[in-house]
Amino acid sequence: MSDVVEKTLSALPGLFDSQTGAARITSRLRQLVKSITELTSKNEEESLIKQELSSMKEQVSSPNTSMMREIMVRAMYCEMLGYDASFTYIHAIKLAQQGGVLEKRVGYLAVSLFLNEGHELLLLLVNTVLKDLQSTNVIEAYMALTVVAQVFPKDMIPAVLPLLEDKLSYPKEIIRRKAVLALYKFYLIAPNQVQHIHAKFRKALCDRDPGVMTSSLHIYLQLITESPDDYKDLTGSFVTILKQVVGGKLPVDFNYHNVPAPWLQIQLLRILSLLGKEDRSTSELMYEVLDESLRRAEMNHNITYAILYECVKAIYTIHPKAELLEKAARCIGNFVLSPKINLRYLGLKALTYVVQHDAKLALQHQMTIIECLDHTDFTIKRETLELLFRITNAQNVTVIVEKMLDFLHGCSDEHTIIHLVGKVAELAEKFAPDNSWFIQTMNDVFSTGGDLLQQDVPNNFLRLLAEGSESKEEDDQLRLYAVNSYLTVLKGDASHLPQRFLQVMSWVLGEYAHLQESVDQREVIRLLTQLLDQRSVSSETRVWILSALTKISEGQTDLILDLAESLSSSQDTVLRQQAQELRQLSQDSQLYEWVLPRGAPWDSMEVDSSLSFLDGFVSEALAAGAAPYKPPHQRQEELCEDRALNLEPYSFSLPVSLSSCSITDRQSPTLLSVSSGLSGNSTELSQKAGSSTLILEGVKRVWGRDGYLRQNETTAPPVDEPSAAVQPSGQQEAAERLEPQPEPSTQNQDKLQLASSLFVGLGAGSSMSLLGKSEAPPPRFRKKPRPHESSSSSSSGTSERSSDSSSRSSHSTTDSFLYGSLLEEEPATSISAFSHTPKSSTANGLAQNKDTKEDRRANTSQILGGDMVIVRPNTFQDKHPSLVSSDLTALLPADLKDLPHSDVISLTSDPSLSLSSCRLFRDEALLLVILISNCTETVIKDVAVQLTCEELETASLRGNVMNCLEGNSTSVCHYALLMDEPHTNVSFTGTVSYQTQPGHTNTLSFSGTLSAADFIRPLVVSTEEYGKLWLSLSHDVKQNLKLLTDASDPLRTTLNALKDALQLHVVDIIGSEGIVACRLLSGAPCLLHCRVNGAALAMWLRSPHPALPDCILYHCQRALAQH
Amino acid sequence: MQFMLLFSRQGKLRLQKWYVPLCDKEKKKITRELVQTVLARKPKMCSFLEWRDLKIVYKRYASLYFCCAIEDQDNELITLEIIHRYVELLDKYFGSVCELDIIFNFEKAYFILDEFLLGGEAQETSKKNVLKAIEQADLLQEDAKEAETPRSVLEEIGLT
Repeated sequence: MSDVVEKTLSALPGLFDSQTGAARITSRLRQLVKSITELTSKNEEESLIKQELSSMKEQVSSPNTSMMREIMVRAMYCEMLGYDASFTYIHAIKLAQQGGVLEKRVGYLAVSLFLNEGHELLLLLVNTVLKDLQSTNVIEAYMALTVVAQVFPKDMIPAVLPLLEDKLSYPKEIIRRKAVLALYKFYLIAPNQVQHIHAKFRKALCDRDPGVMTSSLHIYLQLITESPDDYKDLTGSFVTILKQVVGGKLPVDFNYHNVPAPWLQIQLLRILSLLGKEDRSTSELMYEVLDESLRRAEMNHNITYAILYECVKAIYTIHPKAELLEKAARCIGNFVLSPKINLRYLGLKALTYVVQHDAKLALQHQMTIIECLDHTDFTIKRETLELLFRITNAQNVTVIVEKMLDFLHGCSDEHTIIHLVGKVAELAEKFAPDNSWFIQTMNDVFSTGGDLLQQDVPNNFLRLLAEGSESKEEDDQLRLYAVNSYLTVLKGDASHLPQRFLQVMSWVLGEYAHLQESVDQREVIRLLTQLLDQRSVSSETRVWILSALTKISEGQTDLILDLAESLSSSQDTVLRQQAQELRQLSQDSQLYEWVLPRGAPWDSMEVDSSLSFLDGFVSEALAAGAAPYKPPHQRQEELCEDRALNLEPYSFSLPVSLSSCSITDRQSPTLLSVSSGLSGNSTELSQKAGSSTLILEGVKRVWGRDGYLRQNETTAPPVDEPSAAVQPSGQQEAAERLEPQPEPSTQNQDKLQLASSLFVGLGAGSSMSLLGKSEAPPPRFRKKPRPHESSSSSSSGTSERSSDSSSRSSHSTTDSFLYGSLLEEEPATSISAFSHTPKSSTANGLAQNKDTKEDRRANTSQILGGDMVIVRPNTFQDKHPSLVSSDLTALLPADLKDLPHSDVISLTSDPSLSLSSCRLFRDEALLLVILISNCTETVIKDVAVQLTCEELETASLRGNVMNCLEGNSTSVCHYALLMDEPHTNVSFTGTVSYQTQPGHTNTLSFSGTLSAADFIRPLVVSTEEYGKLWLSLSHDVKQNLKLLTDASDPLRTTLNALKDALQLHVVDIIGSEGIVACRLLSGAPCLLHCRVNGAALAMWLRSPHPALPDCILYHCQRALAQH
Repeated sequence: MQFMLLFSRQGKLRLQKWYVPLCDKEKKKITRELVQTVLARKPKMCSFLEWRDLKIVYKRYASLYFCCAIEDQDNELITLEIIHRYVELLDKYFGSVCELDIIFNFEKAYFILDEFLLGGEAQETSKKNVLKAIEQADLLQEDAKEAETPRSVLEEIGLT
């Protein structure tokens, strides 16, 4: 191709003369371009463009459309050069609207270049697009489709959707193709709006034109990525299409360098790999065609390699077949050994993917990998490190981390640094061979990563130090090593160190400096005080340093008073306050003992998250006439009301207004969220608001219900026996028993050595597999097991609760951290947070955690009783031989008997247990009842149910743990689930663990889906109230639905059908209009306005919640389609 | 595909197509950064580049750099061939294309691109079909040019 394009600027004059052929140039543009190329400085260019823009501004309102077209082209040129020509945007729309075909084309192009999806001017284009879509002129329709597929306002999709649907059966294939792509675009920006035309996508897939079929694959790839299970039935069709393509059955037009339709092939391979993933029977359908694809792609051209790469990925993603895996592995060899650098890169990428399944593959290519490691190309190097990261184990960790750090030192790209430094920290934590290496590596991480570092890296590190492992002695050694190392660092020049590193150091010194007895504490104080004087230290870091000083200041009153004195005039109020605290503490040793007890276990503090000790203060303030506190969301709500000028009170209460806050309302959500940030110790109290850098865990907590908490003798958590120690010599030993290298004579000795240290532990001989199937070396920093929650309140659960109550996410990070170190073979990202929770003890703890949540909920709904959280096994002793479809109400607790409920459906079963479920609709929650029945004659012990659903919140649970379940009996457990954010469908998964024989635990997993319809409740309002509420709501969606016309009163029939399916409340029906109301549990309302419009039902939905109307609309469509 | 940029060896932007909504400021920033990074790479280096959380695939044809941003799971090689196919299309349309053709007829280059890629996905991979579509639209343009005045009158009476 390169020979094709060899003209340069020297050809310029010649081009200007030739007005014919390809180089036809509009005169003004030519002039502009020409004068710009002649300019020498940026300044000249600026003034020229300025001139140009102002002359355009004068002409822009000209009625002459062909002149406008020319102006538009110039405007595009100016924008491309980086100048603002936004005054032409509106004219671009006008041109598309008014011009003939010629101008329209340019107008549409300008619009698609100038405006993006969210631009408000785009609304003005909608009418033009509508008109052109209906035009009899194919060119106009096709230009309109082109623009719709690029930029279209999301809110206006319903307006063009019917027209697009019609275009799917247009005779010209180019129109069909563009319509499919436009629908794909719509699916990406508003999936719910195109739910109902899935059947038409199938028609497009079967289109006789290969182009249209190819376009429909974009949609299918997207759909299948989201839910592969729904499209398994299409596997056969995709396989057939691929077979035909590979076999050369498509028109020659679609060939690219003699390869049949490569884009189509790649798209199909991707779809197949998604469908075959973890599904044996589906995978079996595609083995043959994958084999054929591998075989056919023989030519030595980029395009065949692109297909091969996708093939290899598919083969390693689907259910494995040995023969294919072997071929794929050989194929990777072709990539890796290729002299072409692009192919080599792809080879590395494929290896990175493949070693997750079979680490030994890396062994075959070790010399190539080492060559790539020293490659001059940054991209290749980085991909190699990525590969090494995947094959790291306890034996090669030091070499690999060294390589990564080397790379980091020479790297200046922020994203790469953040990414790699996180990986180094992860490896160090998992595989560190000894203390000194670990601390040194982390020092490197902190100084290299600097302030770009992800916050969880220092957090995890500090937590690891604070929580310790199983042996106190080892922990103290590690801490001592850290202290020594930091003292050395601080004695040097500390001015260039990143803030994060300083913060970590000061925290560690504050907590553990006392472990180092040979160093005078005054020296530590001096070093830290020195830092305070440095200008480069940020005020946030100063807070950390000062907290550390507070902790080690005991008995050094003179130094501390000096320090407090010098800071008391600081401009920073937080520092001033802290200095004041410091002064107070240093003068009152008893108080100091309370606040900062030395040696108390880090997790033994009780946190009063409700800040109840402030009650007295608050009630005094209220008595003195202060306004009661309102949480931010309530204030927001009131503001909205003001804006809508709705002066009358609503007749029914929105949930937020119920949670008015009085001082007795200890567990109000806001108090909780505030308190978790301030849950009490000197460090945190002095923390600046909004700063997110504090570690909540691992810090002594000393604030309680009565102010400072005195630390009585808290029992330290049981210290387990030290785990098997890691032999530091393990690495060398393993290196020695490395397998013989291939062709050792030709290789350079250094590289061989490097290879032996990099790939140690991967060979078959060393019995190490990355997937953790075989034994793994004991991790260095194994977490100590969590003490049992039920034993006392002074357990780890307490601290966890404070973070849990404020946010779910922090809970899950805690968990993934916890279990992350146990699964050292897997990257931490793949660890699911909940599934590992030990059953009975933690289930109890979970209920305790929910306690706070429960109370919070109680404020909003005022229905849930406080007793809901008590775990009370409800074992029914009466015999129920067969469960499913037996009388449900007999099994339910008395208070639930009268609730409306769904049918009982069977979830899963095994020889001992059978599970079924039923949904009960309570006003403020959905009760998911799980019936567990023992199918055997014998007693089943220790039954525990664990339910997980990311999108939903569990408000309460009952009966999920029971000590024994008699033979042939059934027990009921139920979860009250809340949906805060509307989701059309949510799936839940869960497990039941039980023991048939002591010591032998079985688990049975189950899953199911819930739809938003389960969470929709009728909203009973009068027509008048409806009218008021309607005006106050902001988010609306309109769409035409199917009208059930088979009855005498279509509107009423349709509304009744919807009411049955969705529990809506039909407020009123007036003539051809009907109004309907519902709400999401006891949360956001949604109002529906329906009008009969010909054979369709025009539905207009409004809600304060942006996503709720879409969601309800989707379920309405389904309900009517099924009717 | 997230966006496509064409720029010259001197770092001058020749064509830009964004398939993700970004504000102008962000676009300028990305363009500046990428042009710098790509121009700094040596000819023997590979055509791929990890940049932020995206993959950049670029190729140089004479004095022009073609540069595409794709997501991590996308296939780099096929993107490289997308660039190549686009160059083939330009070459066929302009008849031995050069940078100047693209500078002076950038709107044509955009029309061809829109016919080949739509919304960031390959729309029509058959060279013949793309060019046919473009030629049809161009033909109309020719007709319109030849009979500019009478046609617009006609249009006002009958077609609109």
